[in-house]
Amino acid sequence: MDTATVPSMANERIKMDVHGLNFFYGKFQALKNITLRVPEKKVTAFIGPSGCGKSTLLRVFNRMYELYPEQRAEGEVKVDGENILQSKEDVALIRAKIGMIFQKPTPFPMSIYDNIAFGVRLFERMPRSAMDDRVEWALKKAALWNEVKDKLTQTGTSLSGGQQQRLCIARGIAVKPEIILFDEPCSALDPISTAKIEELIDELKHDYTVAIVTHNMQQAARVSDYTAYMYLGELIEFGDTDQIFVKPARKETEDYITGRFG
Amino acid sequence: MATGDHSMRKYDEELEAMRSRVLHMGGLVESQVRTALSAFESEDVTLAQQAIDADRRVNELELELDQMVIHTIARRQPTAGDLRMITGIAKAITDIERIGDEATKIARAVKWLHEKGAGTRMHRVPDVQYSGEIAVSMLRRTLDAFARMDPNAAMSIIKDDQGVDDRFRAILRQLITFMMEDPRTISTSLDVVWAAKAIERIGDHAKNIAEHIIFIAQGVEARHRTPDEVEREVARR
Repeated sequence: MDTATVPSMANERIKMDVHGLNFFYGKFQALKNITLRVPEKKVTAFIGPSGCGKSTLLRVFNRMYELYPEQRAEGEVKVDGENILQSKEDVALIRAKIGMIFQKPTPFPMSIYDNIAFGVRLFERMPRSAMDDRVEWALKKAALWNEVKDKLTQTGTSLSGGQQQRLCIARGIAVKPEIILFDEPCSALDPISTAKIEELIDELKHDYTVAIVTHNMQQAARVSDYTAYMYLGELIEFGDTDQIFVKPARKETEDYITGRFG
Repeated sequence: MATGDHSMRKYDEELEAMRSRVLHMGGLVESQVRTALSAFESEDVTLAQQAIDADRRVNELELELDQMVIHTIARRQPTAGDLRMITGIAKAITDIERIGDEATKIARAVKWLHEKGAGTRMHRVPDVQYSGEIAVSMLRRTLDAFARMDPNAAMSIIKDDQGVDDRFRAILRQLITFMMEDPRTISTSLDVVWAAKAIERIGDHAKNIAEHIIFIAQGVEARHRTPDEVEREVARR
């Protein structure tokens, strides 16, 4: 699939350039020759039915698959020109640069403050006052500061689901990543928490490149600038979100987003 | 445009109900226009009144379809072909309703002319009748094109509109000549001008609907562009 067919992307700086990417779970090929460009400081959404490979793709973006020996990726995922699949760089450093937020909030069983400071301490040494600033900055970025500023020592698990998810986002932001990957970040949240996360994603794209996998097509339509439709491990169509939702080029995309799938 | 069935059958039924309601409304308006034109031709005040009365049902249908559109947007969050269909319908029904208003204007002109005892003088402008026939045929073909969602048929309607516009200008020239020759005909001639203008507007609205059809069917914007440009893009898809 030729991403040059996304005319509005002509003026974007490309943050992540995926080329000829194949991915295998043992013998099963979950991604087939994926080629697309993720533009910088934009939100790119990945949609498609269960098992289409969208979450797999997201996991390749920060080498999450390396936790499992039978999984392997071929091809290129270039971030700022460097292929992270071949990189000799410590995988932890790659993940600090490319953070991920999961479907279910996963706060650590420690205080709200430490939930955020924990990741930062892995990469940076800083005095307590600087850490305080970093924690406050991250919580503010994640639109959670006002709700938790008086209870930073309380455990992270005491927060509501939506707050926990924003805490995880703050934790991800605190290590100053360049790319944030969201894997169905709202599927366990109520509509109001969902709205807050979506608003936050809109804020985050001013500073970060965002990729989001979602089952909720309306969410993709609301938050993203570009949308990729995937099916059975292939990238079927990639384009401007307005174009995908008003005038998709491929019949397969049309059938899926209008609910004629299956 | 998607043609298959939704996983949700009820959604399909709603879309289908909306489409057939539009065609029903269009059919009513077409017959309203024909009635008004017959009334004009035969100076039949009773027929004219029928055309005026028919407008009420058309207005009701517009409101009913508006509700269906709002309901579907709220409940279904339509996308792609469905979205274009629903927004296209919302716009098309405005044009259809306006055509009903224009038919009413023709019918009113018939009543005024009758009250003034204009007699058969208006028949001296045969072009009015002819231009009415073209407009009705445009409307008929527009409704057909809508039923089949046929962008090529819609394209030919867009091109025909120029003919109706030209004819209106011809009628106007004739009537101006009348009025200059005999100023006593000014009042009745103006009534004929209103009727001819209404016919010309019916052509415009049919053309608008044809533009909506092209957008629904192909996502190609046909408004505010030359027919040639639009045709090239339609042919490419």
